[in-house]
Amino acid sequence: MAQKQLLLGDEAVALGALHAGLSGVYAYPGTPSTEITEFIQAHPLTAGRKVHCAWSVNEKTAMEAALGMSFAGKRSIVCMKHVGMNVCADPFMGSATVGANGGLVIVSCDDPSMHSSQNEQDSRFWGTFALVPVFEPSSQQEAYDMMRIAFDYSESRGIPVLMRLTTRLSHSRAAVECIDDADAVPQNELKLPVNERQWCTLPVCARVRYSQLVKDYALFEQDAVASPFNRLEDGPDKSLGIIACGLGYNYLMENYPGGCPFPVLKISRYPFPKELILRLSGMCKRILVIEEGQPMLEERMRGIFSSGVTVLGRLDGTLPRTGELSPDCVREALGLPALKQHPASKVIAPRPPALCQGCGHRDLFTALNNVMKDYPQGRAFSDIGCYTLGWLPPFEAIQTCVEMGASVTMAQGAAYSGLWPSVAVIGDSTFTHSGMTGLLDAVNEKADVTICISDNLTTGMTGGQDSAGTGRLEAICAAMGVDPAHIRTFEPLPKNYAEMEKVLREEIEYHGVSVIISRRECLQTLKRHIKK
Amino acid sequence: MKQDIILAGVGGQGILSIATVIGSAALEQGLYIKQAEVHGMSQRGGDVQSHLRLSTSPIHSDLIPHGSADFIISLEPMEALRYLPFLSEDGWIITNTVPVRNIPNYPPIEDVLEELGKLPRLIALDVDAAARETGSARSANMVLLGASAGVMSILEPDKLRDGIVRIFSRKGDAVVAANIKAFDAGLQFSLKNK
Repeated sequence: MAQKQLLLGDEAVALGALHAGLSGVYAYPGTPSTEITEFIQAHPLTAGRKVHCAWSVNEKTAMEAALGMSFAGKRSIVCMKHVGMNVCADPFMGSATVGANGGLVIVSCDDPSMHSSQNEQDSRFWGTFALVPVFEPSSQQEAYDMMRIAFDYSESRGIPVLMRLTTRLSHSRAAVECIDDADAVPQNELKLPVNERQWCTLPVCARVRYSQLVKDYALFEQDAVASPFNRLEDGPDKSLGIIACGLGYNYLMENYPGGCPFPVLKISRYPFPKELILRLSGMCKRILVIEEGQPMLEERMRGIFSSGVTVLGRLDGTLPRTGELSPDCVREALGLPALKQHPASKVIAPRPPALCQGCGHRDLFTALNNVMKDYPQGRAFSDIGCYTLGWLPPFEAIQTCVEMGASVTMAQGAAYSGLWPSVAVIGDSTFTHSGMTGLLDAVNEKADVTICISDNLTTGMTGGQDSAGTGRLEAICAAMGVDPAHIRTFEPLPKNYAEMEKVLREEIEYHGVSVIISRRECLQTLKRHIKK
Repeated sequence: MKQDIILAGVGGQGILSIATVIGSAALEQGLYIKQAEVHGMSQRGGDVQSHLRLSTSPIHSDLIPHGSADFIISLEPMEALRYLPFLSEDGWIITNTVPVRNIPNYPPIEDVLEELGKLPRLIALDVDAAARETGSARSANMVLLGASAGVMSILEPDKLRDGIVRIFSRKGDAVVAANIKAFDAGLQFSLKNK
């Protein structure tokens, strides 16, 4: 029996996976991907089927655990925001070499326009790079339907599948027609790979496997040409051909409610279906490429030598070079007149996000600023999380934020270069994600750094998920070799400023590795705990 | 028939609870729906908006094009103005009049209300006070939804009431009743003042 549910794109992926016989989700929270794992955690099928759903320490451990599940013959997904792909790049690339036994789908949620991210990277490149197929749903329904097809495909071709979403699909709801939970595909039984040899990447095996993978990639392309997710729709006006990838298709059709007059190639599955693209270029000598993210296909189509086909898109300014697509920018690219609109109001002021009133990060920044006033040459290197907002006024307490864990290691490099004080400010969840290994480096080098872990006992920015080191941060730092005399803890509250500043000052003056743990629960999770 | 709605407010005000009720009602009424939300960083006290599209035929874009929103429903007066370029020529603004001043350069509230007052189709009310009057200060969102229901033709008020019952039922009968009362107060205001 089919039924309709109102689901976010993320939730459609999650339900699609559960209904396709999922045995485990492995993930680290990251906007816009977090809701996939949260949906699975809360779903009744998960408990009934003992689906693994605990958060992983980072995307690399997540990817590896899922690969282990695939080795054992079961279906698993790995979910992350786009930059998580960088963190798990090593096992991801390795997974293409060893292949998949149980279905393995990696879901990467891109964030063009950087609503909540540090860059705009386009995950489709990973597919070409690793030689794995990529699915890019254009609607919530496709996201749900594709999960089952992706799992089946992963098992039939013995290859992991990358599923790419973008913010507007991840965080947009629509009614999705789905099967009843009772009709969900049974989970796979434990079943070892038929060819276990390909699971060890010693050169003697990897060379064989890589040659095979290159051959298989040609098959993946043929499959993409034949896939119903890629289709060429004819149109009467051949003065323009349009290639619309993923969500780009929706923005195109939004502007032609009565149907598009031009031939359109809708692409939602990769490798790029070359045969379909050539068929379109046989009909039209001008082709507009509408891609969400980076101009990946457009760049290939332009190539180096002239092909006699004029290519329009993000690279020639027909569409904006950066940022997410919108119905408006696609409308302009199509040469349609803008809709009549009200002029923007001149009264409004920008309202940037800010740390919650009463948040512990605020108190740490206040105390740190008071101390750093006496060390104007000093710098505070920071990291990814709510506390990155400490860069903004009124605090302006930190000077850098690059990627997960960089605070600890950048402070080290700067300290070695003679910058003093070199302070790192990192959250508890970011510390266990990617700060711990850097701390070991600092200890081994006896670096002159002061590392502040702003511990709010949760992964705050993404909405309060479990943090891997909660309750054990002192033990972790001591085990890494930090002198216990220089592992200091305080509770960040205005009444404690004198004590906090004293501790900060003492540890800055200590010329070795210090860790200061500023610990107070996140107000958002505290509110939830009180309600319970 | 198609109606596009921009829901606006400040992170933490709970615009998504309005969206959830509308979504539930729309689904029950068999309408097509798309609803783009904002999660993540902006929820920390920044400006937040949701694009909510309802239609009797399939909807393509998750985002509303500029100039085509039929309604801006806002829990904060300046935030209502922020999305003016999205509003269609004959679109409605339904807004709370109580400012959230969590930024140092918030404009004088008189200027904000004056600019709102220039718009031909406006329903402006203090939803916080209206909610308190109904005895449920926490139901301000449902007052605003009720006020919107007075001008939103694609959804029947009864379907929205059913939506409120479905969404809040697990919190108990008292919460459902308080939210229905708040919804009705908003609806009455809008029917009298539209």
